[in-house]
Amino acid sequence: MDFLQWGTNPWGQEILIRVGWDLLYLSFWAGVAFIVLHLAYAAVWVPRLAKAAGGGGDADVAGVPAKIERHTLSARLFHWVMAAAMLVLLVTGFFPIIGIQFAWVTIHWIAGVVLTISIIYHIVHATFFLDFWSIWILPSDLAEAAKRVKRQFGQADADVPKHGKYPLDHKLYHTAVSLAGLAVIGTGIVMMFRIENALLARNAYLLEEETWGLMYVLHGVGAVLFVMLTLTHIYFAVRPDKFWLTKAMIFGSVNREQYLAHHDPKRWVVSQDSTKS
Amino acid sequence: MAVIRDKMPAFQLFQPASTEEALGVLDRYGSDAWVLAGGLDSWDWFKDRVKKPEAVVDLGGIASLREIRSAGDGLAIGAMATLREVIAHADVSGQYSLLADAAALAASPQIRNQGTIGGNVGQDTRCWYYRDGWSCYRAGGNICYADTPTAMNREHAILGASRCVAVNPSDTAPALVALDAEMVIQNGGGERVIAAQDFFIGPAIDIERMTALQSGDILTAIRIPSTWAGARFYFEKSRDRAVWDFPLANVASAAKISNGVIEDIRIVANGVAPYPVRFTAAEDAVRGQQVNEETAQQAADIAIRGVTPLAHNGYKVSLLRSLVKRSVRGAEA
Repeated sequence: MDFLQWGTNPWGQEILIRVGWDLLYLSFWAGVAFIVLHLAYAAVWVPRLAKAAGGGGDADVAGVPAKIERHTLSARLFHWVMAAAMLVLLVTGFFPIIGIQFAWVTIHWIAGVVLTISIIYHIVHATFFLDFWSIWILPSDLAEAAKRVKRQFGQADADVPKHGKYPLDHKLYHTAVSLAGLAVIGTGIVMMFRIENALLARNAYLLEEETWGLMYVLHGVGAVLFVMLTLTHIYFAVRPDKFWLTKAMIFGSVNREQYLAHHDPKRWVVSQDSTKS
Repeated sequence: MAVIRDKMPAFQLFQPASTEEALGVLDRYGSDAWVLAGGLDSWDWFKDRVKKPEAVVDLGGIASLREIRSAGDGLAIGAMATLREVIAHADVSGQYSLLADAAALAASPQIRNQGTIGGNVGQDTRCWYYRDGWSCYRAGGNICYADTPTAMNREHAILGASRCVAVNPSDTAPALVALDAEMVIQNGGGERVIAAQDFFIGPAIDIERMTALQSGDILTAIRIPSTWAGARFYFEKSRDRAVWDFPLANVASAAKISNGVIEDIRIVANGVAPYPVRFTAAEDAVRGQQVNEETAQQAADIAIRGVTPLAHNGYKVSLLRSLVKRSVRGAEA
């Protein structure tokens, strides 16, 4: 298996070209393997844990509105624009590699620009208009994670608290997507200097040869990671037990029962009018 | 240019007597196999040690691939027919003289005796950066050395580039596109027929191939329909030397003219893009117009829309304009 592709420059020196496309297949099959393992886990392990954990919560419903806004309209629009751009980028980036040939370059860079703009919008929106820290991994998440792991392995003493607006797995996913996203966007913008496009003039000598190679490798690593991340994300989005979250990303809200069943009202505080997310 | 060595890397040579036998070898060796026609492109690659196939399948012994015969309402030319045989064939020179004219201007008499029509349309680009074996885009790398500020790109593309600016060097290719020819391709899975216009692929679609031919494929024949038989043809090739040179640009046109009015026309140029470029907008503009200087100029002006010259090939813009203009005006003008 080749993780990197090497070539030869005019001076006969070995140069880094890009990631080896074996990584694409590795990422795809890793995503499939994760899904299969999770299906088994959800079928066998989760029911046992639920039985051991006993009944549902006894949270105080007073003051909790019937409908709670989870994602604002602008947050949802961002999510779906980003999702569309990402799917277009994956299709245009990888279909030609697996043998489905078409004129992909122009569509790819335009989708990349759309993704970049949407991410910039998201950063500004999340920083100044949303609860910024709700999606990032905090020290309290690590303590909670340790308790969850203990419970997974049968140590039922753990008084695992309900999570705030986002559970740890969402935060981990968001972190992975953020890192991979920054890698593909940062390198993608630089790589636009090597293709014909309407925004940047071509300049093959913008960077040193080694740095160009590194750009292509980072872009490739981030991109192949997105194959696995997208597969698993779609898997969770269509799982029946998670579908209430998908609906919330479409319609914006969750109901009181879902809120109380999955979230700690102290950690995700909702107002009576539920206008703040 | 790379130093040509006198000793090629070793390979298994297969000389099958039938297409089926050849396909069997290609199937067995997959991407390690190389299809050899006249050898005029292949030997360069081998001697430069840039391409090192494990197996070479020489199609020279398959007699059926050299036939030129009437087929349906047109002509079927075996891909292994030499350029000289194509030029000399009565039907080609009589009804489809555009192809004969184009083939007659390819390379030199010696090369036309050895080179085949299939090899001429299937040949790889002559970009020296690529053919020197450097890791450019076309060779699987991440840079086009011909499109850098200091590059020698006088012969490169002004149209249709996408990362790679190499051009298609074939003289017969634009003639076949103008004649609306079809390419017959066989592989282990059967036969498929592709319009000549779709046979040639630009780098936007696949940067490592110039044609639709893939590993395991053999171009067996080229079919020319009678649609343009006996039409008014025009072929002109501009090159640095009068013989044995690739085109800086060439143009092929087929026109149906009645009482001085263009009823239908196809205009195709090569050497200016990574594939033969058909100027459909120019064709649409001049269809129904009188053949005169004004109409020709109109087509020429439309043809050069969207050109993107590189550092050293700006001359190709005016060259292309002139060639298209003359192709509409016709040789008799």
